[in-house]
Amino acid sequence: MHNLDQIVHAASAAFAATDDPDALEQVKASYLGKSGEITGLLKGLAKLPPDQRKTAGAAINHAKDAVEAALAARREALRQMALQARLAEEALDVTLPGRGQARGGLHPVTRTLERIEALFASIGFEVADGPEIEADFQNFTALNTPADHPARSMHDTFYLQDEAGGVAEGVLLRTHTSPIQVRYMQAHVARHAGRESMPEIRVIAPGRVYRVDSDATHSPMFHQVEGLWIGENVSFADLKGVISDFLRRFFENDDLQVRFRPSFFPFTEPSAEIDMAFMSGTLKGRWLEIAGCGMVHPNVLRHVNIDPEKYLGFAFGMGPDRLTMLRYGVNDLRLFFDGDLRFLRQFV
Amino acid sequence: MKFSESWLRSFVDPACTGHEFSHLLTMAGLEVEEEETVAPFFDQVVVGHLLAVDKHPDADRLNVCRVDVGTGEVLQIVCGAPNAAAGIKVPCALPGAELPGGFRIKVAKVRGVESFGMLCSARELGIAEDASGLLVLGDDAPPGEDIRRHLDLDDRLLTLKLTPNRADCLSLEGLAREVAALTGTPARFIEVTAVAATIESTRALLLDAPEACPRYCGRVIAGVDARAATPDWMRRRLERSGIRPISALVDITNYVMLEVGQPLHAFDNTRLSGTIHARMARPAETILLLNEQKLQLQADVLLIADDQRPLAMGGIMGGEESGITLATTEVFLEAAFFAPAAIAGRARRYGFVSDASHRFERGVDFGGTRRALERASQLVIDICGGQAGPVSEALATLPVRQPVRLRPARVAKVLGVPFTSERIAELFARLDLSFARDGDDFIVTPPSHRFDIEIEEDLIEEIARLHGYENIPSPAPQGLLSMLPQTEQARPLARVRQMLADCGYQEVVNFAFVEEAWEADFAGNDQLIRLANPIASQLSVMRSSLLGGLLANLASNLKRRQSRVRLFETGRCFFRDPQGGPVAGFRQPWKLTALAYGTAFPEQWGCAARNVDFFDVKADLELLLAPIDVRFDKALHPALHPGRSARVMVVGKAVGFIGELHPQWQQKYELPLPPVFFEIDLDAVTMARVPQYAEVSRQPPVIRDMAVVVDLALELQQLIAGLAANRPAIVREIRLFDVYVGRGVEVGKKSLAFRIMMQDTQKNVARSRSRGRHAATGDLSASGICSAAARLRRERNDAYQGRTRRPVVREGRPQQA
Repeated sequence: MHNLDQIVHAASAAFAATDDPDALEQVKASYLGKSGEITGLLKGLAKLPPDQRKTAGAAINHAKDAVEAALAARREALRQMALQARLAEEALDVTLPGRGQARGGLHPVTRTLERIEALFASIGFEVADGPEIEADFQNFTALNTPADHPARSMHDTFYLQDEAGGVAEGVLLRTHTSPIQVRYMQAHVARHAGRESMPEIRVIAPGRVYRVDSDATHSPMFHQVEGLWIGENVSFADLKGVISDFLRRFFENDDLQVRFRPSFFPFTEPSAEIDMAFMSGTLKGRWLEIAGCGMVHPNVLRHVNIDPEKYLGFAFGMGPDRLTMLRYGVNDLRLFFDGDLRFLRQFV
Repeated sequence: MKFSESWLRSFVDPACTGHEFSHLLTMAGLEVEEEETVAPFFDQVVVGHLLAVDKHPDADRLNVCRVDVGTGEVLQIVCGAPNAAAGIKVPCALPGAELPGGFRIKVAKVRGVESFGMLCSARELGIAEDASGLLVLGDDAPPGEDIRRHLDLDDRLLTLKLTPNRADCLSLEGLAREVAALTGTPARFIEVTAVAATIESTRALLLDAPEACPRYCGRVIAGVDARAATPDWMRRRLERSGIRPISALVDITNYVMLEVGQPLHAFDNTRLSGTIHARMARPAETILLLNEQKLQLQADVLLIADDQRPLAMGGIMGGEESGITLATTEVFLEAAFFAPAAIAGRARRYGFVSDASHRFERGVDFGGTRRALERASQLVIDICGGQAGPVSEALATLPVRQPVRLRPARVAKVLGVPFTSERIAELFARLDLSFARDGDDFIVTPPSHRFDIEIEEDLIEEIARLHGYENIPSPAPQGLLSMLPQTEQARPLARVRQMLADCGYQEVVNFAFVEEAWEADFAGNDQLIRLANPIASQLSVMRSSLLGGLLANLASNLKRRQSRVRLFETGRCFFRDPQGGPVAGFRQPWKLTALAYGTAFPEQWGCAARNVDFFDVKADLELLLAPIDVRFDKALHPALHPGRSARVMVVGKAVGFIGELHPQWQQKYELPLPPVFFEIDLDAVTMARVPQYAEVSRQPPVIRDMAVVVDLALELQQLIAGLAANRPAIVREIRLFDVYVGRGVEVGKKSLAFRIMMQDTQKNVARSRSRGRHAATGDLSASGICSAAARLRRERNDAYQGRTRRPVVREGRPQQA
């Protein structure tokens, strides 16, 4: 029996001495293989007298179990070692940058326009669009600004050449987004013609507009957003409510001060200029002109066949370029139209 | 409108500070655009009377002056000014005075002579640029009076940005009336008395165009001295209103215009002959104006003429040949009312504006014509002397102020806040709006100086303005709740933009007017839309493509050392098109254009750098358009490399193009690498479709790989279309996964490797049809296009021995899903 202990001991030591699975299997063969020591002892049982066979058999089997257990333990140990080695080998520098395409970004004014659209959509304003080469009628006349009206000198209008090189009659680059009001109302009235009452008009119209003006604070092309709400019960107080609410939401600033002061536009009456002021930051306390607005002039409603006695409402036009500058602290309007990636990438 | 606050306060002087005064005007709709002070801070400078001026004993250029500063004590002051002379009065800074810039005056010795102060030039006081000598004051200046008070230097200059409807505020009296209404402080206006005629001399008047000029007043004043000096107070007020003093007669007409708002004109009466006519210009008539412009007039221009010739553009500008000079002794003074419609836009048409035209086109008080003439006559006689003749007046039909009805209920409806009748009556009274009552309603007759009150809303605005816009509440609005449409048939533009941004493109916004060459080079456009008045020649043509702008952005970014540039823009493009609309003659579609330049991916580790090519950009476009079917047809385009350009077809319609910039433009615009871009109608990318469910097969898919060797020139699209048209129902997808040209493939041919996915919804393809030899691919090979165009073969690995770039091909056995 002493011999068996020695075998188990020797096997365990031999297993432990191996460091790869193949070697382990070869060592296993010398104990448990066909001509292995344990196998030999088991074969030798037959030669023993029957009375000894049982106890000797039990002892050999016990030793065999022990060898097999040692073998299994060593297999598991080697498997673990192999796994650890592989894991170590496969380890990455996880701080290396990820690979792939870079992201582009939206223009800062686009960000602003999208936010304006979303804010107004939340109180039921649709988005409309209109042509940029516009008819004189929609840009001026239908907006209560007939030819030679002094208000036309407030807009320095771009005109087009006709085929003969003269100034083309009746067309221009729109000087504001207000003509979209006219087109939208015309379409709305046509859509609901013949009905006793017309559903409310709630719409905003963002777009590019053009004026002959170019310096540090003026660009010959810039953006405007027109807003229009016409219904049976829409008042100047509502206008104040909507715009104040909008500005506070847009700037995410409930302390923002908003003031309305009388102004003049041919297409609104009463008319107002809207100023706002931050209560903190670098622009603290300064009144900043943000938009023009007013109650839609009855003549404008008449031009599109809406009865101004039954329906009334307000319109406003604001400058998203300026809103963008104030929102993100941009100090030069011209940056918006310069295509400089070093500037634009800041808005990704 | 620029004016001095102290002049305005001489009419109405409410108890408020300068800043409150500005705020008051701004919040009443008279926006104060600019505020300036007349002089910077300084103190202890008084009027000094030079009693004696003696040479400095030790300095040639210095004088020792003895100065009376009103204290009884005479100061000795050393002064180097060339104009120092006994008897003049000048500003004198006393010891302890602080001058602009913090400069302090002390008692000092100048070359051994004690000096007890400093005599000042205008520049030293910061009130003018003149530093040539001492500022000489009027003889009547009282010694010792504070100079700030004497010259009214604590005055402020306000510039108003007046809206075109408020012509009544283009004068000091008009502003005073407004301030009185706003504050309740009463205004004191100039008391004008008629100047009695002392001579007979008159001129006959004839209103040949009575609608354009319904009132004309004139008077002769003889024996005037045109060289008389304009009084200091008048000069100062003119200068502080931004008007340069010229000569007494001109200054008086300008002064009265500022004071009461009525433009006046002074003719030299000796240069006139016969009757004064107010008539329209005759064909080809010309006039030489005071500003030395010679104009050929159109028939809608109103003229003031005599029997011989045109004298002035009525209400706009006088003529050079009839105007006053310093030699004038007899003037004919004109004050008239010209109808706004007869003046509006005329001056602007000839490229100028004048103070007169600015006022007349907005509306001048037709009730004040004669008063202004009398006021000016009095000033002429006071300043230039002379004898006045009687006033002649020609009168036709003046504008009639129609009564305007105001319903208090309408006020509440428009403003959203109720006003009592008492409150309305009070506000109207402050505005001098006279009214009668008809039940609840007010019937208001606007005064002659208001040209902006024609309808009820105009009165409502007056009520709101005087009440204060600030005092109208701003409640959360109430409206009918109805949901906005949310179509799934179209993709919002915002989403399209975001997708491009996610593909690495940066959005830009470029001007819609571009360089003419771009239109020729990049769009082949010969139907240019030119601006009549561009701001610059390189911004003179409306774009029909967004490409030029992106290329310019690319070039400028390369100069700023950006080597990898991806840009896009969405915007309108402009085409002449007789069928176009909604503005007749033009088509203005929205386009989306994207440009990629430089490496396909940002420089990074573990990824070999290569330049972006046609197929990278095509992939981005396909991604953008998916799941809408898109086809690419080889096509020429003026901007593009002829072998690397395609027309983009969506649902059988050409919607744009894609390709690499033509090498000639790459060279002309000095780009080191060719950019790749696409331009596409925005309608095509915002197209979307509502997904439609199809049954998901439970059967395992069978995948077969197959390679075809075809002519190099054969386009894949043709092959795929042929295969797809003839495919058996079980073929779900045919996808190209490799293209090979090189060893192992005949010259002039290419090998295309396809992966074909077959799946039946009912049966297991693997067990039935594809169990045999390529049942499905056999079906495909039977399609005409394959046999005609290609030699169809089974894929075998050994067919590609020696390939450097092997396709990943699987054994032709079914893959279990």
